[in-house]
Amino acid sequence: MLRLEKRPMPSRFWTAVTPVLAVILTMVAGGILFALLGKPPVEAIRVIFWDPLFGANNFYTLPQMLVKAGPLILIAIGLSLGFRAGIWNIGAEGQYIMGAICGAAVALAFYPAEHWYIFPLMVIAGALGGWIWAMIPAVLKIKFGTNEILVSLMLVYVAENILSWVSFGPLRNPQGYGFPGSRNLQQYPSAHNADLIPNTGLHWGVVAAFLAVIGAYVLLNRHILGYQIRVAGQAPRAARFAGVSPSRLFAFCLGTSGALAGLAGLFEVAGPSGQLSPDFNVGYGFTAIIVAFLGRLHPVGILLAGFLMALTYIGGELAQLSLNLPSAAIQAFQGMLLFFLLAFDLLSNYRVRWKEHAAKEIAK
Amino acid sequence: MLLTIEGLTKAYPGVVANDDVSFSVAEGEVHALLGENGAGKSTLVKMIYGLVKPDAGHMTLRGAAYEPAEPRAARAAGVAMVFQHFSLFEALDVAENVALGMEKPPRPRELAQRIRAVSEEYGLPLDPSRLVGDLSAGERQRVEIIRCLLQDPKLLIMDEPTSVLTPQEVEILFETLRKLSAEGTAILYISHKLEEIRALCDGATILRRGKVVATCTPREKSARELAEMMVGQTLTPPERGTRAPGEVVLGVAGLSVASPNPFGTSLKNVGFDVRAGEVLGIAGVAGNGQDELLLALSGELRSDAGAVVLKGKPVGTLGPEGRRAAGLVSGPEERLGHAAAPEMSLTENALLSGRVRRALVKSGFIDWKKTKGFAEEIVKDFDVRTPGVDVAARALSGGNLQKFVIGREILQDPAVIVVNQPTWGVDAAAAAAIRQALIDLAAKGAAVVVISQDLDELLEVADRFAALNEGRLSAPRPVQGLTVEEIGLMMGGAHDMEVAHVEA
Amino acid sequence: MMIGGIDIVVLIATLMVASTPILLAATGELVAEKSGVLNLGVEGMMIMGAICGFIAAVHTDSPALGFLAAAAGGIAMSLIFALLTQLLLSNQVATGLALTLFGLGLSSLVGQGYNGVKPPPSPDVNLGPLEQIPVIGDILFRHDWMVYVSLGLVAATWAVLRYTRAGLILRAVGENHDAAHALGYRVRLVRTLALAYGGACAGLGGAYISLVRVPQWSDGMTAGSGWIALAIVVFASWRPWRVLLGAYIFGGVTVLQLRLQAAGIAIPVQLLSMAPYLVTILVLVIMSARRGRAAMGAPASLGRIFHASS
Repeated sequence: MLRLEKRPMPSRFWTAVTPVLAVILTMVAGGILFALLGKPPVEAIRVIFWDPLFGANNFYTLPQMLVKAGPLILIAIGLSLGFRAGIWNIGAEGQYIMGAICGAAVALAFYPAEHWYIFPLMVIAGALGGWIWAMIPAVLKIKFGTNEILVSLMLVYVAENILSWVSFGPLRNPQGYGFPGSRNLQQYPSAHNADLIPNTGLHWGVVAAFLAVIGAYVLLNRHILGYQIRVAGQAPRAARFAGVSPSRLFAFCLGTSGALAGLAGLFEVAGPSGQLSPDFNVGYGFTAIIVAFLGRLHPVGILLAGFLMALTYIGGELAQLSLNLPSAAIQAFQGMLLFFLLAFDLLSNYRVRWKEHAAKEIAK
Repeated sequence: MLLTIEGLTKAYPGVVANDDVSFSVAEGEVHALLGENGAGKSTLVKMIYGLVKPDAGHMTLRGAAYEPAEPRAARAAGVAMVFQHFSLFEALDVAENVALGMEKPPRPRELAQRIRAVSEEYGLPLDPSRLVGDLSAGERQRVEIIRCLLQDPKLLIMDEPTSVLTPQEVEILFETLRKLSAEGTAILYISHKLEEIRALCDGATILRRGKVVATCTPREKSARELAEMMVGQTLTPPERGTRAPGEVVLGVAGLSVASPNPFGTSLKNVGFDVRAGEVLGIAGVAGNGQDELLLALSGELRSDAGAVVLKGKPVGTLGPEGRRAAGLVSGPEERLGHAAAPEMSLTENALLSGRVRRALVKSGFIDWKKTKGFAEEIVKDFDVRTPGVDVAARALSGGNLQKFVIGREILQDPAVIVVNQPTWGVDAAAAAAIRQALIDLAAKGAAVVVISQDLDELLEVADRFAALNEGRLSAPRPVQGLTVEEIGLMMGGAHDMEVAHVEA
Repeated sequence: MMIGGIDIVVLIATLMVASTPILLAATGELVAEKSGVLNLGVEGMMIMGAICGFIAAVHTDSPALGFLAAAAGGIAMSLIFALLTQLLLSNQVATGLALTLFGLGLSSLVGQGYNGVKPPPSPDVNLGPLEQIPVIGDILFRHDWMVYVSLGLVAATWAVLRYTRAGLILRAVGENHDAAHALGYRVRLVRTLALAYGGACAGLGGAYISLVRVPQWSDGMTAGSGWIALAIVVFASWRPWRVLLGAYIFGGVTVLQLRLQAAGIAIPVQLLSMAPYLVTILVLVIMSARRGRAAMGAPASLGRIFHASS
């Protein structure tokens, strides 16, 4: 019989290897799934994982990877801080939307004036919008002990409704022939988050994502606050013993992740997307949860995981075109990836042995 | 013979918990299983109760081969067990708890009647409809015992049953056990308390490092002889010089705080003083407010400013870091998860409480080199056996981790140290080292508060003695000249236990 | 009976229909949580139930077989969760999220091509003379049979948890898994069964949306019902009858805002649509503010990983 033995220390080898194993197994399982659905499995995997990088259209798909990876990484870095502390903000999607709305609202308020300070103001408004949206569950948790998972999630649906409302109502483009959606910020130079180097996909949001990775790395490894986050997640009572205030930690982690998600939303609305519309959000806030876990809640891991997820997004779009796969197939794929990853986590923390064998070896 | 055990062996990664263990228990015999922490007593009884499968060896019960695959089978064969860490469910009531331990419980009304009847009969009064979470530790133990008695066991296993009882309650429990034994029930009694074993048991098997090192009749041996067999070496009690107590360093007055735990005990108007160079021992049965007292002193629970006064300064509203800065450090009972973060390295754990007094953090950034140095200092000074300071805390044995945790606090050169259960679950050698370190710290002029459920330990280290009972603290008295009887009364006496009504 | 242009009798009758999916899912989740497992994948199980039930009903032309398939789909999903959390000891929060994401994706993959298809109708149960009772007949006795099944499940869940040995063992496992293990109960088996029940109920709830309430298939049509079910379990302090109350309050708000939309009230539709979610938050806050009593109902081992070390 198989048995599990808890390792005295988590295995570093397995911690690093399991994400790779999980990706490979997801490809295999995904292939089987596609075969069952009557799609050519090998081709589907190739289209999703290979073509975006090395396919004929990679002059378009490679910049697109940066465009998709940017917000994913930015949001996931924020989430990972909370997850490490045992604070489950799963409403990043809502914070992302609110950041976009607030940022776009600032831009539209100035339209059509051109000033250098409009974009910086938008950035602040975006971060603030996400921050406020995340502080709602934080304050409710601190004041009343309300479950932050459920509140942050409910607020996603509220945010989606607000998004729909502003797209049809207050922020609708007056020259949009009655279609829902705001003015296109790409055509408003002071507000446009353009590529810093044309046609590379490298916009301010990507820069912010890289900065967030570095900041989180320093915070977690060198700063006392990062240490407190780690202690609080692993041993909440030990954290109190060390003098960590759970309320402050809650406010910090939720607030930071909200602000980063809000920033991601702002950079998106002012850049690649260009306008607010009822279907502006595409689930980055949820995918970022997978990115955070896939990256082991480690800043560098999240950087890599963000690119991998971006790859599956682009690959999914290609597969939609060439193989007629539904866009949500990629979501199933991502969910599976997380399953395998969680399953393999076991290997980092436990040793799997045959019962007989284990006993004999020790008894010698 | 009722139960015979031959060549039982069980290995875990890194340790052989039981190595070729053999002994036997006769019907109606009270048999002691004696050994210090980590000697393999718990693993052995878990095998008898069907919780753990032996790697080798066999058992016979009343002449037939006995191989319980699970506790259910053991219970069916007439083996019952009272656990050390109770196998109870706080949110369920007494009757439900009892029913869960029975194979075929009667209907609820009938069960409640039988619980009342049996509990009256054996002097362990219990109300079947009360929530277990609201019961005291002693009452909880009664639930466990009654759960066993309702099944007419042939063999009753008791794992460290007296650790949650006052001396008076211990006496009454012993009466109950003697009656049971007179009725023909054998009792396997696990303990490391020598006087108890001498008073109660007919035979004893002594375990050391998983092996049987001796079998004897405990009444014929002195406690000292038993101790030496158990530990395998001669133990010297801690040395303490006479010293004149100095100024009052820690003053507690009118301290009342609510417990953070729904089934915890709130502190009610606790007050005491501790002087420099003095050790105050605080006794009490588990669950009478010890955890809350530690939290209220360490700063994890806040109170009125004036309720805790440190060197003349009110610190009741300060958190743990503020109190550490002012000179008060603490060592909670639970090593893994409270005093130390299990998954973190010793270096990281050194930072947990050492941050302020050892100045390990500069403008928010951690000085890892200095922190590592601090961890290495603790390891060296307190003889912590570890491959290095990068090892996770949970990889250390209980004794070594406890030395690390206590050492971490002592090396911060505090004015006051408060510890709860400093040697709980620790082997004898490490326990002796920890007690000595606390006494030495007091000798250097610190005020020491030791909260413990181990009376022998308190009598060994304390100058003055007080007891917690239902969140209230008795007035401290000098240890010199205190009798066990008086201590027991300070701890709450017999509560409402009564001597068994059954005639032997 | 009309108030502000809204017929109260119709409102209550539709409220019962609107609440049924959440009621089913929340009842199942309550059992899972009582055993000590927090399964955040309710949404994923519901949506899988919705599509499995839909496909089966369309192909067999039988709503009953559809619901059966939905329960099976929900169970299959819950077993993935059980495998990961009980056998492979993964984090329950993360695994639940994965289950939801996976379910949303897989359902839309499987459901490709079913958009716009009409499922077979689920007729109302004929209760004869009961239907004729004024007001009460209209409110209570003119529903399809799943409404009555859901009420029956609440009653059964309550009775089993409270009065049977199986219920006692389930509660014990959720309360203190180490003690339950020490007494010889099979913690993982009990939890797997509880999870499967939760999966079956969630599947039924999902299918009720796609087969009765809407009735057709569209991607992500559960629209957060699973999460609301989770919130209702908290609101109910883990008590079955209060789950019923919570689900009906939520259903009431949903129906009311729909009626207000239809009545053409001068509030933007989207702001009305967020009402159910805001009410859920409000209810959660009220419940958690009364901390003492709410905490009593929460199983003490909820969300903790069980690994028998010996």
